Amino acid sequence: MTNQNTISRESDLSGGEYKWGFVTDIETDLAPKGLNEDIVRLISAKKEEPAWLLDWRLRAYKHWSELEQGQGEPQWAMIDYPGVDFQDIYYYAAPKGTSEAPKSLDEVDPEMLDTFEKLGIPLQERAALAGVAVDAVFDSVSVATTMEKQLSELGIIFCSFSEAVKNYPDLVQKYLGSVVPHSDNFYAALNSAVFSDGSFAYIPPGVKCPIELMTYFRINTEGSGQFERTLIVADKGSYVSYLEGCTAPFRKTSQLHAAVVELVALDDAEIKYSTIQNWFPGTKDGEGGVYNFVTKRGRADKNSKISWTQVETGSAITWKYPSVILRGDNSVGEFFSVALANNHQQADTGTKMIHIGKNTKSTIVSKGISAGQGNNTYRGQVQIMPGAENAVNHTQCDSLLVGDKCGAHTVPYIEVRNPTARLEHEASTSKVSDDQLFYLMARGLSEEEAHHMIITGWSRDVIKELPFEFALEASQLLKVSLEGAVG
Amino acid sequence: MLEINKLHASVIDIENSEILNGIDLTVNKGEVHAIMGPNGSGKSTLANVLMGRPDYEVTGGDITFQNQSIIDLAPDQRAHLGMFLAFQYPAEIPGVRPWQFLKSALDSKAEATGEQKMSVRNFSKLFDEKVQAVGINPALVKRSLNEGFSGGEKKRNEMLQLEVLQPTLAILDETDSGLDVDALRIVAEGVNSMRSPERSFIVVTHYQRLLNYITPDVVHILVNGEIVKTGGPELALEVEKDGYKEYLSTSEVTA
Ligand SMILES: Nc1ncnc2c1ncn2[C@@H]1O[C@H](COP(=O)(O)OP(=O)(O)OP(=O)(O)O)[C@@H](O)[C@H]1O
Ligand SMILES: [Mg+2]
Repeated sequence: MTNQNTISRESDLSGGEYKWGFVTDIETDLAPKGLNEDIVRLISAKKEEPAWLLDWRLRAYKHWSELEQGQGEPQWAMIDYPGVDFQDIYYYAAPKGTSEAPKSLDEVDPEMLDTFEKLGIPLQERAALAGVAVDAVFDSVSVATTMEKQLSELGIIFCSFSEAVKNYPDLVQKYLGSVVPHSDNFYAALNSAVFSDGSFAYIPPGVKCPIELMTYFRINTEGSGQFERTLIVADKGSYVSYLEGCTAPFRKTSQLHAAVVELVALDDAEIKYSTIQNWFPGTKDGEGGVYNFVTKRGRADKNSKISWTQVETGSAITWKYPSVILRGDNSVGEFFSVALANNHQQADTGTKMIHIGKNTKSTIVSKGISAGQGNNTYRGQVQIMPGAENAVNHTQCDSLLVGDKCGAHTVPYIEVRNPTARLEHEASTSKVSDDQLFYLMARGLSEEEAHHMIITGWSRDVIKELPFEFALEASQLLKVSLEGAVG
Repeated sequence: MLEINKLHASVIDIENSEILNGIDLTVNKGEVHAIMGPNGSGKSTLANVLMGRPDYEVTGGDITFQNQSIIDLAPDQRAHLGMFLAFQYPAEIPGVRPWQFLKSALDSKAEATGEQKMSVRNFSKLFDEKVQAVGINPALVKRSLNEGFSGGEKKRNEMLQLEVLQPTLAILDETDSGLDVDALRIVAEGVNSMRSPERSFIVVTHYQRLLNYITPDVVHILVNGEIVKTGGPELALEVEKDGYKEYLSTSEVTA
């Protein structure tokens, strides 16, 4: 994934051990399971956070525990799972001691290596992803430092969230929670109370970030919740393309992952945010897997643009609605999504486009693939507020079924409070047809290759929005994720 | 090269749906066979069964290709052996570029036969050359495979694939239908230029007109799933003049 046009950071969500640029000296292994005010205080203390941040966490915790004692987790999504015992999770886990981690790739689960192989992940990165305790796993550290220098000359900040709190507290304080308030929803409140780390980026006015910023997340510690927080601020007239990769090792137990991403695009700025999410989807029989409850939202000021592109192939449960609040006149919001649900995976994903400013424009392209016994729901909201003169939305929502035990659902919510709005909604459901399969196989493609070609072709409108390298990985991921669903 | 022996085939999972009722046909190396017959007589079914379409079940008889029985082989395995079917109705595949598709097809075959894959550069050259040869609008091959192609464009695209893949046995199912005069000539020229002592063709057609350009070695008349008459090129002329009436009645008598 690393080439000269990408700077990448790798992040271990369990405690905040970063490949470079950020070191913690935490000694505690695990705080006791369960969540209470003391745990929140402990997390904040371990991270040596300023008082205002602890205060913010505590407010979030209070809100969350009220929700938890009230209605509990949100129930409206089309997902079915045993529920989460929030007291049975570690909310604070230090990085694994090097003694526990595998010493070399030879000690790593061959099944995992096999997957990396199929994904085409470079050898050095495989080691990192597998949690191998090798120091300079990335040969490219020096490359990264040169890039970091180049970035800092431009005034671009790209670091872990914890570092940002230490080094740029004013920026963080100004924007943290400004797009996703601590009280936004159950999982956002939980994240705000206990988030471990994440990424921070700031692009100064008028600067076009010359390289793609990327964070590779991995989950390490078993039985711990994963809560990362990302904040990206594109100042006036700036541009940034940010990539987020989540390729997680196998775990046979379910894991809770509740992230929050906030994007701030000030006047005339543009943020392009691309995600490849491949958290462990659970076994073929529906055992284990990541419960992925994510809140992602962007604020778009005047003439700005926010574009979300996501390829969601992992997780047992995906609950995720990257949104754009189009509050500035002429602002643009985009959402391009491919979500795949195979075996027993359940994906309830979509977007919200809230049109507030005049001449605001949004585009939604959602492609849901269901295979095996997977269930895929598109849930999208388009809201045109009274002041949004001449707002335009185009929604295209396609479902593809592979086999006949899977399901696809579309739940659009449309609210128009200004008569000048123009909205278009197209939806389709199709199957991989026998005609298509036979056609490709008659030319020599195997059944699996044929499926893969049909499915990536069908997803092309979304995949082409990804940066080139990511597009290749996305296509490979679709292939690997569909294994076993065909034939 | 190809031997079809008392081949019976029906639609899978449907009782009493026999479409092919005992077909015998031998195609030798280097030969061009034409198959003619009325609508619904089973020509496409035969072509599809030869290629291994899973919608049909072989209920009797055998097919051997290069001395190997192929009835248990999947379509991709048959393709790897050198078989090719130009479809009467090519499928549309959104988002897949003809270039990418053909490269993958060639790669799969190379992988299966242990040959070296063609480099992207060489393939691109070959592809562009053939696009020009079959007269496809270059803008078209930048679009999705067959999606929104006109009837004639689809047929030209089948010819493009035939020319790139260079199979040993090519089955053309009405590749001449719906073609304008120029396209018809291109199809004929394509086949003629590929004709060689090592390559055979089965050309399914309704029109004698194509056979003016491609002179077949053998012509078969297929009626109700049976080959009712086999002859030389003159047979096509007869059919053109008299139609199938005579065969229809004989076949009803035998049925
Ligand atoms: N998959 C199928 N299911 C049901 N019936 C089928 C199927 N395939 C073919 N048939 C039937 O078998 C018969 C032969 O069809 P086929 O397409 O082989 O005819 P053809 O000779 O190619 O005709 P045409 O000249 O019109 O192309 C027809 O009656 C057709 O309806
Ligand atoms: Mg036919």
